[in-house]
Amino acid sequence: MIKQEIAFPELHPPLAPQAAIAEANRCLFCFDAPCASACPTHIDVPHFIKQIATRNLFGSAETILEANVLGLSCSRVCPVQVLCEGACVYHNVNQKPIAIGLLQRHSMEHFYQAAGKLPYKTIPHAKKVACVGAGPASLACAAELRKHGIDVTIFDKRPNPGGLNTYGVAQYKFTPGDSAREVELVRATGVEIRAGIAIGESLSIDDLEREYHAIFIGIGLGATQPLGIPGEKLRGVFNALEFIAAYKTAEPLPVGNCVAVIGGGNTAIDAAVAAKYLGASQVSILYRRSEANLSAFAFEYEHARSAGISFVWNARPVRFVGYQHHVNAVECDGDMVVPCETVIVAIGQSRLLETLQKIRTIEVRNGQVVVNPQTGQTADPKYFAAGDCVNGGREVVDAAAEGKRAAQGIVQWLT
Amino acid sequence: MADLSVQFAGIRCPNPFWLASGPPANCGDQVMRAFDAGWGGAVWKTIGEPIVNVSSRYSSVDLNGYRMMGLNNIELISDRPIADNLREISEVKRRYPNHAVIASLMVESKREAWHDIVKRAEDAGCDGLELNFGCPHGMSERGMGSAVGQVPEYACMITEWVKEVARTPVLVKLTPNISDIRAVARAAKKGGADALSAINTINSITGIDLDTLTPRPDVGGKSSHGGYCGPAVKPIALHMVQQIASDPQVQLPISAIGGISSWRDAAEFILLGAGTLQACTAPMHYGFRIVEDMLDGLSRWMDSKGYANLPAFRGLSLPRVADWQHLDLNFKVVARINPATCIGCQLCYTACWDGAHQCIHVEGHAKPEAAAAASVATIVSTPATPTVSHATPAKRIPRVDEQECVGCNLCWLVCPVENCISMVRVDKGDQPQSWAERVQSL
Repeated sequence: MIKQEIAFPELHPPLAPQAAIAEANRCLFCFDAPCASACPTHIDVPHFIKQIATRNLFGSAETILEANVLGLSCSRVCPVQVLCEGACVYHNVNQKPIAIGLLQRHSMEHFYQAAGKLPYKTIPHAKKVACVGAGPASLACAAELRKHGIDVTIFDKRPNPGGLNTYGVAQYKFTPGDSAREVELVRATGVEIRAGIAIGESLSIDDLEREYHAIFIGIGLGATQPLGIPGEKLRGVFNALEFIAAYKTAEPLPVGNCVAVIGGGNTAIDAAVAAKYLGASQVSILYRRSEANLSAFAFEYEHARSAGISFVWNARPVRFVGYQHHVNAVECDGDMVVPCETVIVAIGQSRLLETLQKIRTIEVRNGQVVVNPQTGQTADPKYFAAGDCVNGGREVVDAAAEGKRAAQGIVQWLT
Repeated sequence: MADLSVQFAGIRCPNPFWLASGPPANCGDQVMRAFDAGWGGAVWKTIGEPIVNVSSRYSSVDLNGYRMMGLNNIELISDRPIADNLREISEVKRRYPNHAVIASLMVESKREAWHDIVKRAEDAGCDGLELNFGCPHGMSERGMGSAVGQVPEYACMITEWVKEVARTPVLVKLTPNISDIRAVARAAKKGGADALSAINTINSITGIDLDTLTPRPDVGGKSSHGGYCGPAVKPIALHMVQQIASDPQVQLPISAIGGISSWRDAAEFILLGAGTLQACTAPMHYGFRIVEDMLDGLSRWMDSKGYANLPAFRGLSLPRVADWQHLDLNFKVVARINPATCIGCQLCYTACWDGAHQCIHVEGHAKPEAAAAASVATIVSTPATPTVSHATPAKRIPRVDEQECVGCNLCWLVCPVENCISMVRVDKGDQPQSWAERVQSL
């Protein structure tokens, strides 16, 4: 099982029950609410908020989970500022938007604390589906399939299910323990989860195709891409995902005092902030372009700033400098040298081309599986896909929406 | 600065704000602190043979996070000895000779009992008497309070008994738990009352605890109906004050009571004829300091309107209250939505569709067939397709079909943005005509 978790301070404290009701009562209950449209899973936001206001917390939880079975993780990791809360009409009168994320978390935590179960009353279906990968896309797909009584088995190559929710999300946003609770909710609907099985290796594609009527691919993306510059093999040079996965689910990698993070995305910020929490006194993010081009969300940038992370703009690393096989500086264009004890490379995930190519009948373009966006169906009608391996790497909520849609596509195709 | 001083049925005090008879005016210490805070007078918690109260006594209705929108109580009259109350009244009057101290009284319906209590209260030095004919719970079961106030003959009779011996002005406090409050107001007048106080609390059950199934307030697993007051009852009080103020057979000064929590409430009651204003829930909720803004706000408003003193605007809204049959049938307003301030919540749309007259439209949401067929071919709607862009996308901004709009106000009432929807007068060119006039002209 998962090791004792590191206690990081929470990014945002949860709402106290009375505060949740006060916040819920601020909601205007818009008709055709823009927040619900802005949510990729189209949670009926005004409805679940009204249910919180009337203290119908189980009702609110079911409203959320009906649309999005990953309501707990989404309430923690969704970039609500650019989704539901960003669409709140209160912005138009210069008022604070409704704290939809915190309200959803309030509802979800009540549901999980009370050991809530999904209210599916399934009529058994004769068909069997395999979901490859146990991340958000597969979990959403599996839950939706169970709603229709379809037999589902999830395969994942890692020891713990949950995908990036378990291994890749910053600890101060979502813990592996919470990820496990969400996995268990889906498992409790009757989904079999077989961890530690790599498709195309310990389980052959032929066997998979023989045993299941349809196969869903939700394998996400691969390891962090290498920079491809000299010195990348020096000790003390980590990739962001292995660094985050290690402190979340194994032993933290040693960061030392002075850390350089390379990249400009949200993962770079997650890694930098974590390095700070893990004891580094000086953490810098080296970004190859200017502040205006930063791909991380504005609120993530603010968070990094407030955590004391410094930013070095227009820094293009050309090589890692080492001493006795251990990195001690990053050398950038223009003879700039940034001394450091640890480097964390966070320049995006690679595509899982090798795995995808084993399934010869599906179409893969630019390392992404090509699907019909309405059904998630691939060029091989038996195969469906969703999540990062299709969209190239987006939010958990996108994977949840696409996974659910693919499940509906599967149901349609199987019946 | 406006002059807020009051002369009410012969009672003088520095301003019209009085503590109503209730928990905040239970003892001399409270009343003196209230006067220090700025209150102009106090009606003492009802004095009579001491009673025994239950625990608990109050319950409330909260509205969407606002506490105590309505308050209810099952507390009886003073539980302190008559002599203690009267001694403290003397002490307060000695220290605050310019403030009004009114003794609220309730004794059993016997002439001697009333004569006795009136004499004792006046000997203590009170400035006036308020006869509690309104308390709707507990005391009424013993033939007092609203048991008197609900029977005009009893109210008249006891008022007469009191007037036989009273040397100070007599106020009769009316219960709203009656089909027409004017009947008792007239009876009090007939009995010789110098003024009226209205309204007392309203019979109520505020709610039920859904865990224990016991209504509130819980007294050992049971409850009893209580007297409802607080902001929730203000509209009922305004109406009843207007009714007695407009009644040609009454014509007595009125001390208004019922949800008065701010200077705005006070101004409204004065515009409907009130001479003084009594508050209880507001000081129970926020303490005596709540009066500071009541005084300041009322004074500033009067200055802004050019009213030098309270009589300058007392009753000015009374002529504007008429029977429905005298309202102008040809007066027409329509809703106009300001696209620049509309936030696109579409509450007006759904309120109009589901709760009113189906004349607000949203792009992309088709009208039900029946309504579409019945509607005129071309919808004259506002706002017209906007030529400038606003914060809210044009397709989210609802449009009003002015041909169909009946001017009901509902959209304007639900709109969360101030001044976004306005009800605009549309002149049809017709002469004003009321229902009464129309019937007469037929």
